Amino acid sequence: MATDDAVRALQERFGDLRIEARPLCTHLDGRESDQFWVRIPADRLLDVLLFLRDDPRTRFEQLADLTCIDYLNFPDAEDRFGVIYSLLSHTHHHRLWIKVFVNDPDPQVPSVCSIYKGANWPEREVFDMFGIRFSDHPDLRRILSPDDFEDHPLRKDYPLRGKGEREAFDVVHRDSA
Amino acid sequence: MPSAPQIRPTSFVPDDAGGGHWTLNFGPQHPATHTTLRLVLVLDGERIVKCTPDIGYLHSGFEKLGEHLDYNQYVVVTDRMNYISPIANNIAWHAACEKLFGIEITPRCKAVRTLCAELARIQDHLLCVGAMALDLGALTAFLYGFNEREYIYDLFEELCGARFTVSYTRVGGAIADLPPGWTDKALDFCHNRLVTTLKDLEDLLVRNRIFIERTKGIGVISHDDAINWSLTGPIARASGVRFDLRKDEPYLCYADDWDGNGAPAVKFKVPIAHGGDVFSRFIVRIEEMRQSVSIIEQVIDMLPDGPINVLPKENFTLPDKREIYFSIEGLIHHFEKIMTNRGFRPPIGEAYAANETANGELGFYLASDGQNAPYRARCRPPSFMNYQVFPELIEGHQISDVVAVLGSLNVIAAELDR
Repeated sequence: MATDDAVRALQERFGDLRIEARPLCTHLDGRESDQFWVRIPADRLLDVLLFLRDDPRTRFEQLADLTCIDYLNFPDAEDRFGVIYSLLSHTHHHRLWIKVFVNDPDPQVPSVCSIYKGANWPEREVFDMFGIRFSDHPDLRRILSPDDFEDHPLRKDYPLRGKGEREAFDVVHRDSA
Repeated sequence: MPSAPQIRPTSFVPDDAGGGHWTLNFGPQHPATHTTLRLVLVLDGERIVKCTPDIGYLHSGFEKLGEHLDYNQYVVVTDRMNYISPIANNIAWHAACEKLFGIEITPRCKAVRTLCAELARIQDHLLCVGAMALDLGALTAFLYGFNEREYIYDLFEELCGARFTVSYTRVGGAIADLPPGWTDKALDFCHNRLVTTLKDLEDLLVRNRIFIERTKGIGVISHDDAINWSLTGPIARASGVRFDLRKDEPYLCYADDWDGNGAPAVKFKVPIAHGGDVFSRFIVRIEEMRQSVSIIEQVIDMLPDGPINVLPKENFTLPDKREIYFSIEGLIHHFEKIMTNRGFRPPIGEAYAANETANGELGFYLASDGQNAPYRARCRPPSFMNYQVFPELIEGHQISDVVAVLGSLNVIAAELDR
């Protein structure tokens, strides 16, 4: 497991969080994936990421990706939204996935823009698509859908074909324009 | 919820609040934005004070669609992400699917996918380099580059029947094996066409005074900033970031022992520049194409025989069409795969796989609840991550530098918005 040292360093520093690395996937034949994730409570996220970025044993300098999964109908899921931080170390060539779970009615996660500048647009995208608010984000606006759009399309309770937004526009005819 | 639009409408009158600043709308329909991008520029004379990109014009819900299409069907959607080099998206998508299923593809498939990935890289860089020169007024370079892309399209057409949206890969393999004589044509293209074109491009641009003055020192980003802003690919390497997934997290033929019989990894160099400006990105891309040619030669040289799909008994691939039409077992096998209540049986879990494509790290994060279609099909698009740095790069520059920096970032709006 390539991320062994990083996880151990994390466990030493944050002993009170009882951090446990779990494989992202267990294949049908029982093999475990070589990719690991750890669960972090939202209020400690900034401490953990700052430590992971700067500690010589971890050195996760880059936020490779930031995304979210709506675990509404997922088997054995306890929380609704999992915000996923995919960290990449250029020094040690390893990756680690951090998951922060939040729930309705006010899903809120601290913004990590102060640690990784590259989190800016991905956080806006997650806000747009899932409605998760990132506190202290410098510019939290919708990014892909229009500003006056009201829903969050990648939530599992949003239908594939939308809620009729496409039909709801006023039709402008040549005579009345 | 903050919903009031904060991007102000275009005004060609002096901005009272900004102390004599002007607001200029750039795009979304403009020849130099290549596709539909919009920038709102606040100008002090010709100098850019503030730049606000407004994206989303091409958003078509690809990730939502991915939750309703099965692992083979979605490949046609990935074609439409970075349509400049679609086959690289196919390969990255199925790399993630195979990571989730835990499949090891055959050595021949690895070699063929490596060939296609490198052709896609050449295809992408040719357009990027050419279009950047076009925006700076050098039309000839663009035509030289675009002409060669047609030959790559010919190669892909022979491979799978489509020139543009190829949808070549399948779970555990590909739609078809290489046709006879294809490798000779690919080599012929590399040796007799591409190498001379690259020389022409360099002769036209590298010592061209106008080109140099418009690109050197423009849009500079430092090594540390490039990492912190999540930049990958040629843009990061032009800032001195020594990172290439092909070397650092090797996959396909870039890894040692890729055929299980001790075959060595393909040898190539990763070009690095230290300028961090538009010119460095141009130089890195030109050199990457040369390295791609060398990779293609090596892979063709050691192309293994054998099947391109994993064995049918592993029950991941669609059977050969001849088997479907002429044997009852083949027909049953085919229906087992395509019927909506049968199909794929992935494990419950998640997987991430990333490939080094022409623009940087293209990754797919898949979550599966054991059903036929992914539970979540997240695409980590390189363009989206690379473009967010644009406002920082352009502030303080002249308005004419906008197109140079845009061209060097190679923003593909379809991938940006998905």
